[in-house]
Amino acid sequence: MNRALRLVRRRLITAIPVIGLVIIGAFLLLEAAPGDAVDAYILSLGGADANMVAELRASWGLDQSPWARLLAYLAALARGDLGWSVSFSRPILDIILERLPNTLLLMSASTALSFMLGSALGIFAGARPGSLRDRLLSVGSLALYAIPGFWLALVLVIFFSINLRWLPLSGIETIASGKHGFDRALDIGRHLVLPVASLGIIYLALYLRMMRAGMAEVWRQDFIRAAQAKGLSRQRIVLRHVARNALLPVVTMLGLQSAAMLGGSVVIESVFAVPGLGRLASEAVASRDTPLLLGIVLVSALVVIAINLMVDIAYALLDPRVGAAEAS
Amino acid sequence: MPVLRRFLGTAEGIAGGAILLAIAITAVLASVLFPGDPLAIVAEPMLQPFQHQDAILGTDRLGRDVLAELVHGARTSLLVGLAAAFAAIAVGATVGTIAGFAGGLVDEALMRVTEAFQTVPGFLLALALVSVVGPSLPVVVTAIAASAWTQPARIARAEVLSIRERDYVASARAIGMHPAEIAFREVLPNALPPVLTLASVIVANAILIEAALSFLGLGDPNIVTWGGMIAEGRVVLRGAPYLSIFPGLALVATVLGVYLTGEGVVEALASGRSR
Repeated sequence: MNRALRLVRRRLITAIPVIGLVIIGAFLLLEAAPGDAVDAYILSLGGADANMVAELRASWGLDQSPWARLLAYLAALARGDLGWSVSFSRPILDIILERLPNTLLLMSASTALSFMLGSALGIFAGARPGSLRDRLLSVGSLALYAIPGFWLALVLVIFFSINLRWLPLSGIETIASGKHGFDRALDIGRHLVLPVASLGIIYLALYLRMMRAGMAEVWRQDFIRAAQAKGLSRQRIVLRHVARNALLPVVTMLGLQSAAMLGGSVVIESVFAVPGLGRLASEAVASRDTPLLLGIVLVSALVVIAINLMVDIAYALLDPRVGAAEAS
Repeated sequence: MPVLRRFLGTAEGIAGGAILLAIAITAVLASVLFPGDPLAIVAEPMLQPFQHQDAILGTDRLGRDVLAELVHGARTSLLVGLAAAFAAIAVGATVGTIAGFAGGLVDEALMRVTEAFQTVPGFLLALALVSVVGPSLPVVVTAIAASAWTQPARIARAEVLSIRERDYVASARAIGMHPAEIAFREVLPNALPPVLTLASVIVANAILIEAALSFLGLGDPNIVTWGGMIAEGRVVLRGAPYLSIFPGLALVATVLGVYLTGEGVVEALASGRSR
């Protein structure tokens, strides 16, 4: 456990400058965008005279130098204040925190689907490298990876929602259904089938390919020959020796892929009107709400860092070699 | 050209090369095949596909020829994909070379910047850049490159770290070559091959990101894009699903062609090395 804690501490220390750079980048984009917070606020009021505008600018510190503005921005962020959204007329942090759980639910379900199905198919392909099924799955996974997520989502909608009418078209739950407890969970589940499938199926290919490549690598090692010589059954060799050793690098992909999944959820949530962070991003773009969009960018960077940290801890627990070298 | 022969000896190489060649020829000949503005209204709206001679794939909601739009869209996809990938690899290789060759504080600073770019989901970064600066083709290319340069940078840096210890770099130093000259004329060209194996994935990703941006309405409004066509067709998804399906198929074919070509190249290079 000590080992995992040390790893966490080191990761957090390297994360600080990274977060700082992301914040500075967000600030620069905010400065580059036309209009400032006062313009936005005045717009939401419906107009104000020039005196009031100047006073507001002075009291919000917007008439000062860029450095002073950056410091004010940092101070606000430190208080957890991401600014004010004009399009929602609410504090940005509140909106984001309201939407975040839906996206995390969508992401975790899609990740589970793509990781489990992908590595299972990868084991199936990697059990016999070079065989027909291996080649078919390899090309098939490339084809999957070539599909744009939003288009797959639309095709699934055409099939399952419009033609077959099996699944709901959009949203996260039936509006005003009055459902509670298990019924409500089931309702949300039904709404999430298509978004999770669209997001999960595409990234499945990645896990499949990594698993397969890892297994092809392990097959060449001496201990596999030893296991064969010992007379172990093929199934036991494939599962206990080859697949198990190939699985660890695939686990690291889980963290690295989280950023791609978050990006992918923008279009998927927009197609299915899932009220999550991704749909919020496209709403922010549509209503030209730059502070909101950059708030989302900041929060998603934090989410990505947090997920990678969790994957690191899991990795340290799975593999006793990780972090052991620094103990000495 | 033994590499080319080996490339054409792989199934992936033949399939990918054929798909890409066909799409590239279509893109180049777009103005010859369908002269005039592909966004012009040419016939009645919502004609069904495969039933009319002057609009083989039918027309969209506004009466624009779907096939003409598809053909011109190939141009945008390939252009954006190649330009963004070229920019990403050029920037990435340069940053990676400077970081790896300079070492020390410069390396540390550049790698932190790289990490910061990797922490923000690439698609969100591209979305934010295009939405702040405004949608036009050069902005879209820049935004996609901004989200894609980090991986080439990391690989170039790792490669440079091993190359800079080689003898020929030491002798270049000994004859008094300027460090910048050593970095960019001696080290960088030798660090490029592993970076270039990434090219197919970067081009494919760039095409997909461009499509997604246009789908969300952030493409250049004056240019036909496949993503924009899908978004247009989505409005009439119930009555005319083919309006969304055709451009999607074109996207899948293009991206698959890029991937297969990349696989073929990697295989050809690997079999060349083992021989």
